[in-house]
Amino acid sequence: MMQAPDIGGMILHHTADAHEIAFELPWGGAAVIHLPRWDPIQVGGLAIDLSPTKHVIFMLVAATLVLATMVATGRALQRQRARGGAPKGLPSMIEAMVLYIRNDVAIANIGRHRGAQFAPYILTLFWFILYCNLLGLVPWGATATGNLMVTGALALTALATIEISGMVALGPKGYLKTIVFTPPGTTGIAAVILTAIMIPIEIIGKLVKPFALMLRLFANMTAGHFVILSLLGIIFLFGNVAVIKYVVLGGSIFFVLFMMALELFIALLQAYIFALLTSVFIGMMQHEH
Amino acid sequence: MFMLQEAAADAAKTALNTNALLGAGIGMGLAIIGAGLGIGRIGGQAVEAMARQPEASGDIRGAMILTAALIEGVTLAALVFALLFKVL
Repeated sequence: MMQAPDIGGMILHHTADAHEIAFELPWGGAAVIHLPRWDPIQVGGLAIDLSPTKHVIFMLVAATLVLATMVATGRALQRQRARGGAPKGLPSMIEAMVLYIRNDVAIANIGRHRGAQFAPYILTLFWFILYCNLLGLVPWGATATGNLMVTGALALTALATIEISGMVALGPKGYLKTIVFTPPGTTGIAAVILTAIMIPIEIIGKLVKPFALMLRLFANMTAGHFVILSLLGIIFLFGNVAVIKYVVLGGSIFFVLFMMALELFIALLQAYIFALLTSVFIGMMQHEH
Repeated sequence: MFMLQEAAADAAKTALNTNALLGAGIGMGLAIIGAGLGIGRIGGQAVEAMARQPEASGDIRGAMILTAALIEGVTLAALVFALLFKVL
């Protein structure tokens, strides 16, 4: 009897971070690039390993692609405007997406005055996450947003932006009111007790929002890859069954193609939702009274 | 005798592993039942609202995606924890 293929191990190996990038070749074997390993930096008792990993490389690729797209689009639009005429082609599409995120996500949720100030941050989030998600769908690619640390760092920037913008917009007294909150209509001892109960709830409420952002992006990207790889794994499970294996092969490839198409949509949707929810939370802080 | 003991220990380990897998599976299923009910309701009501007022469909679609994303977040948190307990 043949050894059962280790599909779970294969899936975890594919989605996990690594110190090497492997380019599997169609005729077997792989071209492996070993990334440099640096000694961890000691900060107090903490050892911080700053050596690059696969996901770091793909984040750098995504950032470079965002920069290249935006600079090229800006130049092309300038050229087309100078010639006097409507923008056309790919720059026009990028412009439409940027305008949609700026007007219907940032300004619509944060408010007319401050929305334009936060639009660059929201747009950066959107394009960076979009490119990270899409890089996981190209051959030999890796999804940097399928790493809890990457989405956690993105959510930390969202937390800092939400809280600091709240401090600036509301002032120290107004900001304290979002933590020490007395329910309206209570007086005396009831107000003191209710305020004491509400303080931890308010603080947890502030922390849960970025936590949910982190988990949502991570789980969506990881789950998509798990489903695709599990469907591909079914082929190898049925690899030594006589005729059924061809039926399984066809069905599995059909479902993988379907999931890939769905993943393209989810990559766009999750970038949009991260940008949308961040701007909704910033807007909630701005209008807190 | 030694072989028997080893086999019994192996069986106990497998049983524990199987129970953990069963628990993760049941948890995932329960989380998805809740999410399915919630998102189904949101989708149904949103389509109904759009049919009543087609001119407001843009706003309704935005609110629908936002609410569905909030439910989805909680569900995925449950799925991630189920997966974590399976892996650990």
